[in-house]
Amino acid sequence: MSTPVLDVRGLAYAYPDGHQALYGVDLHVHRGESVALLGPNGAGKTTLVLHLNGILTAGAGSVAVSGLPVTKENFQEIRRRVGIVFQDPDDQLFLGTVRQDVAFGPANLGLRGSALERRVMESLDKVGMADFADRPPHHLSFGQRRRVAVATVLAMEPEILVLDEPSSNLDPASRRELAEILRSIDVTLLMVTHDLPYALELCPRSVVLGDGIVVADGATYDVLTDDDLMRAHRLELPFGFDPRLVGNLPA
Amino acid sequence: MGAGHGHKLHFHGHSVVHRAPAHLKLVGLVAFMLAVVATPSDVYAVFAGWTALLLIVVAASQVPPTYLARRMVVEVPFVVFALLLPFIATGPRTELLGLTVSEAGLVAAAGLLMKGTLGVLAALTLAATTEPDDVLRGLQRLRVPDPLVQIMGFMIRYLDVVTGEMGRMLTAMRSRGYDPRSPRHWPVLARALGALFIRSYERGERVHLAMLSRGYTGTLPR
Repeated sequence: MSTPVLDVRGLAYAYPDGHQALYGVDLHVHRGESVALLGPNGAGKTTLVLHLNGILTAGAGSVAVSGLPVTKENFQEIRRRVGIVFQDPDDQLFLGTVRQDVAFGPANLGLRGSALERRVMESLDKVGMADFADRPPHHLSFGQRRRVAVATVLAMEPEILVLDEPSSNLDPASRRELAEILRSIDVTLLMVTHDLPYALELCPRSVVLGDGIVVADGATYDVLTDDDLMRAHRLELPFGFDPRLVGNLPA
Repeated sequence: MGAGHGHKLHFHGHSVVHRAPAHLKLVGLVAFMLAVVATPSDVYAVFAGWTALLLIVVAASQVPPTYLARRMVVEVPFVVFALLLPFIATGPRTELLGLTVSEAGLVAAAGLLMKGTLGVLAALTLAATTEPDDVLRGLQRLRVPDPLVQIMGFMIRYLDVVTGEMGRMLTAMRSRGYDPRSPRHWPVLARALGALFIRSYERGERVHLAMLSRGYTGTLPR
């Protein structure tokens, strides 16, 4: 097989206060895949995500993105390759207009002038927010801000898009619109979520993190229908939802 | 979430004052303030001159006087202090409207009132005619150190977020029978403000992480 886009080997990490969050995680994601990262609160999902672009540094083990190890001298290129969309769009949108916010990342990569402008508008087009380019982000609805947050990361043309709880706090219509956008973008996807129907809808493959290790890695349908696994790791389907009636996405 | 459009202090318009470059307005404001503060309190003719100058600028800006007047309530604590001065200051006494007041206190109070009012009105005029973003760009053009301008930019951006959070915390507290006006409940308010500080601090860290994730190296792109 080709070099995986994301290659995490034996990753362990303890916070400075001594709390150990990860105990040796192995995870490989290949080009074009859409993978859901599932697990209860406190399983270490966000800690894992922060290792993918070098915000946190591994205590043991290694992370590589398309063959490039995540080390200090590679940070600039790693952060271009790994685009993280954080849970709260207010953390990600901090400038005066949508346009400035989307331009922030590519400008840090050295893009200027018309190339920058083109990149910004292309990214906004992909999330259907081009008409809002000159609006201040805090005047947009929550769903619109989430979409702009996705655009700020798409503008860096990442090799892998990492989303932390993309459907949280969205109303059903915004949730569906975001799913349509994510399906339409041609990019490798890693989605951290508690929203199991969303995982089944968007990701053919799921990885379950429990107590700092990978406890399951397989087809999303198989994971969600494995009742013992689900119970053991505090994963619960919403009332009335039965994956058996939906089936798995073609991988 | 439902923040009004534009800033609360800004009055949309296209007058000469609105269109003037932000850095000139900033320099003008600082120079005006320094001149007003440096004027001795008892030279009333000069104060009349300053007032006339400021009123001309206000008139040129076409911002309705009532709009500015309503926002001048921020000055109230200083007005109260100024009104108290003649009674609490020491020195020779004089008669005013049948009351015995301190002469030096009276002069100081008049000076404080005039200087304060001129300063507040001038600052409000700048705020009413200049978008926050333009103020920042003006400061940049005046070579104010970049980290300071960035900090001010973040302050403007997150002011609404933090006050919104404070509002939601207060609503949640009121829903559980809390009364912010009762002194017995003030210790709770102090703790809530502490919690707000921690939350804002943590948000600051998350914003910084999100910036690093997009390749931030210490300067904002222009």
